[in-house]
Amino acid sequence: MQNFLAPIQHARGISLIAAAATLFLTVFLTGCDKPASTPGAATGPIKVGEFASMTGSEATFGQSSHEGTLLAVDHLNAAGGVLGRKIELLMEDDQSQAGQPATVVRKLIARDGVVAVLGEVASSRSLEAAPICQQNQIPMISPSSTNPKVTAVGDYIFRVCFIDPFQGTVMANFARHTLHLKKVAVLTDMKSDYSLGLAKFFKEGFIADGGAIVAEQNYSSGDKDFSAQLTALKAVNPDGIFVPGYYTEVGLIALQARQLGLNVPLLGGDGWESSSLIPIGGVSLEGSYFSTHYSPEDTSAAVQDFVKAFRAKYNETPNAMAALGYDSAMILADAMKRAGTTDGAKVRDALAATKDFQGVTGKITMDADRNASKPAVILVIRDGQFKYVETVSP
Amino acid sequence: MTELLQQLINGLALGSILALIALGYTMVYGILRFINFAHGDLFMLGAFAGFYISPAVAAVLPGPSLGSGLVVLGLAMLICAVLGVVIERVAYRPLRRRPKLAVLITAIGISLFLENTGQLVFGATPKKFPEIIPVYPVLKFGGLSITSSQLIVLGVTLLLLVALRHIVLKTRMGMAMRALAFNPEAAALMGINTDWIVSFTFGLGSALAAAAGILFAIVYPSIDPLMGILPGLKAFVAAVLGGIGNLPGAALGGILIGVTETLVAGYLSSTYRDAIAFGILILILLVKPSGLLGKKEIEKV
Amino acid sequence: MNIRHAKTFLLGALALGFLVSVVASHFNSYWLFITYDIAINVILAVSLNLINGYTGQFSLGHAGFMAVGAYTAAVITNQFGDLNPFAAGAVFSGALLAGGALAAGAGLLVGIPTLRLRGDYLAIVTLGFGEIIRVIFQNMQGVGGARGLSVAHGWTDFFWAFGAAAAAVYVVAALVHSTYGRGFLAVRDDEVAASAMGINPVRYKVTAFVVGAFFAGVAGGLYAHSKQFITPGGFNFMQSVSIVVMVILGGMGNTVGVILAAVLLTLLPEFLRPIAEYRMILYSLLLVVLMLARPQGLFTFRKQGDAK
Repeated sequence: MQNFLAPIQHARGISLIAAAATLFLTVFLTGCDKPASTPGAATGPIKVGEFASMTGSEATFGQSSHEGTLLAVDHLNAAGGVLGRKIELLMEDDQSQAGQPATVVRKLIARDGVVAVLGEVASSRSLEAAPICQQNQIPMISPSSTNPKVTAVGDYIFRVCFIDPFQGTVMANFARHTLHLKKVAVLTDMKSDYSLGLAKFFKEGFIADGGAIVAEQNYSSGDKDFSAQLTALKAVNPDGIFVPGYYTEVGLIALQARQLGLNVPLLGGDGWESSSLIPIGGVSLEGSYFSTHYSPEDTSAAVQDFVKAFRAKYNETPNAMAALGYDSAMILADAMKRAGTTDGAKVRDALAATKDFQGVTGKITMDADRNASKPAVILVIRDGQFKYVETVSP
Repeated sequence: MTELLQQLINGLALGSILALIALGYTMVYGILRFINFAHGDLFMLGAFAGFYISPAVAAVLPGPSLGSGLVVLGLAMLICAVLGVVIERVAYRPLRRRPKLAVLITAIGISLFLENTGQLVFGATPKKFPEIIPVYPVLKFGGLSITSSQLIVLGVTLLLLVALRHIVLKTRMGMAMRALAFNPEAAALMGINTDWIVSFTFGLGSALAAAAGILFAIVYPSIDPLMGILPGLKAFVAAVLGGIGNLPGAALGGILIGVTETLVAGYLSSTYRDAIAFGILILILLVKPSGLLGKKEIEKV
Repeated sequence: MNIRHAKTFLLGALALGFLVSVVASHFNSYWLFITYDIAINVILAVSLNLINGYTGQFSLGHAGFMAVGAYTAAVITNQFGDLNPFAAGAVFSGALLAGGALAAGAGLLVGIPTLRLRGDYLAIVTLGFGEIIRVIFQNMQGVGGARGLSVAHGWTDFFWAFGAAAAAVYVVAALVHSTYGRGFLAVRDDEVAASAMGINPVRYKVTAFVVGAFFAGVAGGLYAHSKQFITPGGFNFMQSVSIVVMVILGGMGNTVGVILAAVLLTLLPEFLRPIAEYRMILYSLLLVVLMLARPQGLFTFRKQGDAK
C-alpha cells in the first residue's frame, strides 16, 4: 500500500497530480457540458430564475420572498401563462452565504438558460449577483433590496421596493410633522444593510427638518437582549425611537423598552411587517408606527385576493417580503407581455417603461434609476392590529 | 447612577443564564477534557421542548402558574438530559481513545446538524414562546425596573446551583464525578463505572442547558433554531474565565461576562459586542489560562 | 534533482494555465468559475493543512486571514480604472501579494500569542481571532462595513487561479519535504521531545501560521476578484469550518488528499443542488460519520505516525 503512493509523495509528483486533476476536471466539466437551451427561444416553458436565502441565518426572509414569487407563478400559469407559454420557476438557495449568489446566478444563466432573474432580499447578495446579470444582459428584479447601489450596477437591474432615501424621509417627515417629535433616538441593526441605509436617511431627513437625534445605539440581527442599549437611550429622554430593523428583533425591543419604563412611540420601516411581530411584541407595540407598502385594511381587490390566496396556500398572512416577491414576478410577466417576447433587451425596455402597474404593493412606476416609484403607507398598531394612518406619495 | 444600577441588574439576569450554560460546559470538560461544541444547541432544544410541551401541560394544569411552569421546566430538562446522553453514546464515546481533535470536530458536526435540522423541522421564523409562568407587573422603584421574569430567572438559577452543589458534594454520584475529574485511571481502578458517570454528567449538563433555555425564553420570548450559537459561545468563554473544570468558577464567569457585556454595550458601543466575549477569552488565556478560580495544570513529559 | 523537476512542473503548470485561460471564453462560464472556486479552495486547504496537519496547530480562524487578503487586494485594485492586460497583470499580482503579506502579518499576530496553547484552547482562540477580524471589517466604514465592498475588476481568471494554486501547493510541499521542514512534523508529534532535540517549536509554529496565512490571503484576493463583491459576513466561522472539513476529509498532513478533498467538496454541493435544503444537514452528518468511521481522512492510506 505504501509503495503504491510513494511516487506521489514528492513535491514534483504533487504538482503533477494537482495540475492533471484540475485540468482534467476543467476539460471534462466545461467541454462536455451540454449547451443550455438558448434563452429567448420561442417555444417551451419560459424559464425564470430565482435566488433566495432558503437556509442559513436569513432563511426566514428568503422563504417569505420565495413563497410570494411561487404564488405569482402559480397564478400566472393558472391564467394560461405568459405569451401562451407556462412559466418555469427555477429557484436556487444561496444559503444566506456570501459567495453563493455569484455561483447560483451563473448557473441559472449559463447552465439553465433563464431569461430573467428574480432576487434577492438582501442588498449585499443582490450586489454580488447584479454585475453578472448585467454582463449577460439578463434582466434582474430585486424584490426588496433597498441599497441604492443595486440598480446603479446597470440598466438591466430593477427593483420593486422603496429605496432607503425615500422610506427614510417618509418616516422622518411623519415623525416631525404628524407626530411633532423633536428629539428622537435611533436604534440600528448594524449587521443589516437595510437597517443602516434606512437609519442614515431618516437621520438626515429628520435633522434637515429641524429635529434632533439625541442618541444612537446599535444591535446585531440575532440579538435577544437590548436592555443595555435601551437603558442608555432612556437616559437621554427621547420623544420617540426609530427602529429601522426587522420584525425578528423589533418585537423583543418593544417588550424590553416598556419593561424599562421607556414608553415613547417606536417608529420603523417595512422590515416590521410580519404576522410574527405582534405575537412577540404584544401590548408593547401599541401606538407604534411604521411605513410599508400596503395596508391590510386596503379593500382593493388586488390586495384582498392576494392575501386570501396566500392564506389558502401557506396558511399564514403574507408579510412585506412575500408581497414584494409576488410583485417582482408579476411585473416581470407584465413586461414580457408588453414586449411581446422574452428577449432580454426588449424585456428590459418594457420594464423601464412600466407605468402605474397595479401590484399588491402599490401602483408601481419605474423611475429613471429603475427603482419603483410608489406611495408608502404608514400604519399604526392599535388593539393588536395594523391600522391605516396615511399614504405618502413620492 | 440609576442607569448604572439598571445596567447592573440587566447584566445580572443575563449573566445568571450564561452561568447555567457555562456549568454544563465546565462539568463535561472537567471529566472528559473536551469542549462540547453542541452544548449551546441543547440550550436551544430546551427552549423548543418547552414550546412544544407547554400546550400539553396547559391542557392538564391550567396555567400560567408557577406550578405549570415548573412542570414544563422539569420535562424540558428531562428531554434534553436524555438527548445529551444519546449524543454522548452515539458520537463521543466511540472516540474516547482518539486524539482530542477528532471529538472536537464531531462536536462541531453535531452542533451544525442540530441547528440545520432545527431550521428544517421547527422552521426558520422566530416563534413566540408562550407564557408558562404568570407575568407580574414590572417592579419599579427609584427609576429602576425589574421584571418578575428577571427575578424568577435569578431565583431558579440559585436553586439549581444549590441543587447542583448538593449533587456534586454530597452524593455518591457526585463523588464519583469528582474522582473521575481528578484522575480517570485511578477512578476506574477504584471500581467506578466510567461510562455511567460520563453519561450522567452529560445528562446533568444538558439538563442545565435546557433550564437555561427555558429561562432565556421566558425573559426573551422569541425562539429560533439558531438562538444557541451566541449564548453557547459566551458561556464557553465564561467557563474558561472562571477556570474550566471549576463549578463556582463557571457561575462566577457567567455573571462577570453578563455584566461586562451589558456595561460595554450600554456605555461604550454595542458595535463590538460580539467581539467582547472573544476579547476577554484571549486576554484570559494569555494572562491566566487557568482562569480566575482554576488551578495550574502541569504538563508531564 | 527532485527540486529541479518540481520547478519544471510548476512552470509547466503555469504555462498550461495561461493557455487554458486564453481559450477560456469557449467554456461554459458557470463551470469555469467553479474551477476558480476549486483553485481557491485548494489554496485555502493546502495552507490550512500546513498549520493544522503538518504542525498540529488546530486553527479555526482561517477565514479571517482570507478576509484580510480579500479586502487588501480589493482596496488596491479599486484605485485603478481600466488597464491594458499587462498593466492589469502587474497591478493584480501586486495586489495579491500585498494581500498575502498583510494576511501573513495577521498570521504573526495570531501565531505569537497562541504559542503556549494546546488543542481545544488553541482552536477556540483562533476561532476568536477569526471572529474579531470579521467584526473589525464589519465596523470599518471605509471598506463598506456590513454593507460590503464592490470589487471593480474581475481579474481572476484560469491562469491566476490555477497558477496560484500550483504555486501554493509547490511552496507548501517543498517546505515540508525539505530538511528544515521535518521540524514541522516533529513539533506536531511531540513538542517537548522536539525542543529537547534542538528544534525551536516557536519558530516552526510561527512560520506555519505566517506561511499559511499568506496563502490564505492570496486566496482571499483571488476570491474577491472572482465574486466581485465581498462582505465581512462571508468570512465567518462557517467559512473556516468548511476549510477545516477539507483538511480533515483529505487527511491532516496529506497534501494530495487535501487537494482531492478540496476539489470534491467544491464540486459536491453543485451536484447536490436539487436537495439544497438538506445540504447543510448532510454536510454535518458527513463530518460526524467521517470522524467515527475514518478519522484519518478519505484519502490517507499510510499508517498514522509514518514519516513521509
